[in-house]
Amino acid sequence: MTMTLQATPSLRPSPPDNDHVIRFVNVRKTYIMGSEEVHALAGVTLPFRRGSFWALMGPSGSGKSTMLNVLGCLDRPTSGQYFLESRDVSSLSDDALSEFRLRHFGFIFQSFNLIPQLTVRENIELPLYYLGWEAAASAARAEELAQRVGLTGRLNHRPNQLSGGQQQRVAIARALANDPVVLLADEPTGNLDSATGNQIMHLLTELNDQGKTILMVTHEPDIAVYAHQRLHLRDGLIDRIEGAH
Amino acid sequence: MRQFRLARNIALGIKNLLLHKLRSVLTMLGVVFGVGSVIAMLSVGEGASQEALERIRMLGSNNIIITSMKPVEEEAGSGGRMLRLSVYGLLYDDEQRIRETFPAVDRTVPVKILRKEGRLHDQTLELRMVATVADWADLVQRPIIAGRTLIERDIKDRANVVVLTEYGARRLLATQSSIGQTLKLGPDYFEVVGIVKNETGPAGGVQTPDQEVDAYVPLSLARERFGDINRRRTAGSEESERVELHQMIVQLKSTDDVERVAAGIEAMLKRFHKKLDYKMSIPLALLREAEATKRRFNIVLGSIAGISLLVGGIGIMNIMLASVTERTREIGIRRAIGAKRKQIVMQFLIETVVLSTIGGLIGVGIGVIIPWLITYFANMPTVVRLYSLVLSVGISMGVGIVFGLYPAIRAAALDPIVALRHE
Ligand SMILES: Nc1ncnc2c1ncn2[C@@H]1O[C@H](COP(=O)(O)OP(=O)(O)O)[C@@H](O)[C@H]1O
Ligand SMILES: [Mg+2]
Repeated sequence: MTMTLQATPSLRPSPPDNDHVIRFVNVRKTYIMGSEEVHALAGVTLPFRRGSFWALMGPSGSGKSTMLNVLGCLDRPTSGQYFLESRDVSSLSDDALSEFRLRHFGFIFQSFNLIPQLTVRENIELPLYYLGWEAAASAARAEELAQRVGLTGRLNHRPNQLSGGQQQRVAIARALANDPVVLLADEPTGNLDSATGNQIMHLLTELNDQGKTILMVTHEPDIAVYAHQRLHLRDGLIDRIEGAH
Repeated sequence: MRQFRLARNIALGIKNLLLHKLRSVLTMLGVVFGVGSVIAMLSVGEGASQEALERIRMLGSNNIIITSMKPVEEEAGSGGRMLRLSVYGLLYDDEQRIRETFPAVDRTVPVKILRKEGRLHDQTLELRMVATVADWADLVQRPIIAGRTLIERDIKDRANVVVLTEYGARRLLATQSSIGQTLKLGPDYFEVVGIVKNETGPAGGVQTPDQEVDAYVPLSLARERFGDINRRRTAGSEESERVELHQMIVQLKSTDDVERVAAGIEAMLKRFHKKLDYKMSIPLALLREAEATKRRFNIVLGSIAGISLLVGGIGIMNIMLASVTERTREIGIRRAIGAKRKQIVMQFLIETVVLSTIGGLIGVGIGVIIPWLITYFANMPTVVRLYSLVLSVGISMGVGIVFGLYPAIRAAALDPIVALRHE
């Protein structure tokens, strides 16, 4: 695989040091399994700068998915504070968290997670539907996004009529529909061959260049190199951080 | 915005249902047949009761009908004797007393039933006659075929006139041209002044079944010429009865007085009659009874409807629960994107309501066609009431809401992380 120049952070102007879109302060996530406590996150304190591109790495069970879920407001920390755009969201209601997901995050999954009975267009429009957009506006937006991720003329197809790479592009278009502050990706290339995976990574890099903050879980070093920072987790704690921070 | 969302939700619901056409159709069958059969049964019941109510209404809801009745003891004793005279029934005085005692009474129509040999040209027959007053015709409203009915003057003048019924005219071979001809009744001669239709319905008019009436004559004349004794000959024995009036129709000014006056009349008759030789019937009471019967019928129907819709609803719930499990991943995706719990509830609820409402509408279609077929092929009266259709569709929607709520809440309660991991 080739590592492109544009993936290096030095080519872009750095955002101001204190512009943190997300801040974790001693975040813990503890699961009770019978009589045992599992510390999926055992106290993580970490700021994420706006426009950064992180790879969350670590062995299986080290807490990567848990961290991404908490980051994406899909889950609440057991203790600690989570500031999103300077607001503490660590103990918000389910409805409030839904609202944050709707307005601030875009999710990209390993298995694409498109809704099979909806067309490509309808899948992309889904966040806009929950945002209450009108049909005409959201159709136009879907078309624009499809173009942006390199998918044209496929808007009326069903997900199962597309290749894996194309499906992931649809998922990315959907994740971008609400113009999120942060894109969260859980092994976005895990179900793709390496060539297609690299194409997807180029697309994510492009989006990062355009200013999107990207937090991506991966266990593949080849994929992790696209990120500017690599966070290694071990037993729910930060093991080490590689790259500019 | 709201409407737009609802429309989109409904469209989405229909789309999901179309994805599994056979399953959707099978799911709604319970509601389809529940609603269809209830509407059909209601229409048959409604048709039958409307017919019955119409018949009772024809008796007049502000009338009280009193009929002479041979007392039970008299009947029992009549077996052995060769010759016997029974005296019973309503009296001329009863009529007068009723008219004078109760101001609420508008008019009374007395009826005497006679059997006399009649002869028109060379036709001789024992005729069944009703001796009455001019008001009779006004009360029973039989269509006139030819001539006229009895009028006030006939009664006052004790005129020798007779009005044949259609049936009587047929028995005597009388036709329209018989108007003005002379009919011999017993020893007297009567002018035929009119022919009227018999009532054909079983409960037609007043309780004298009209099929058995051959002719009407003025009561004043019959009383004077024939007296009150009727002789009946049966195989060797002769039986005589002395009955002044066979029937009396008491018409009140208003329906409101019926029950009070009926009680008053009953008390009065009890005082003047030693034996129970009369029977009172109150169409209003019959009407109330018929309506109560109809209500009971509707309650039974309602229970059947309730049970069938319950079964239909459980069927829908069962399928929706399966659908929620099947679509766990979709729910997780929607929740991750930012759908709130109540939006997931709405999505599944709308889907269920769409399903049950379509089922209800198809059921209404079947429920309208079946009564039509019943009327067409079985010639039974059926009445499909609009309210039953609207109610059925409404209840179908209600079934969708009630039985869709649990699966929808289950769907919304799923943890998005768990739902996303679902295979
Ligand atoms: N829902 C849960 N209930 C109990 N334990 C959990 C749950 N989710 C994760 N864990 C545990 O938390 C730890 C971290 O899990 P996870 O974040 O999925 O790790 P990774 O994604 O790095 O493989 C693991 O030990 C896992 O077993
Ligand atoms: Mg994981």
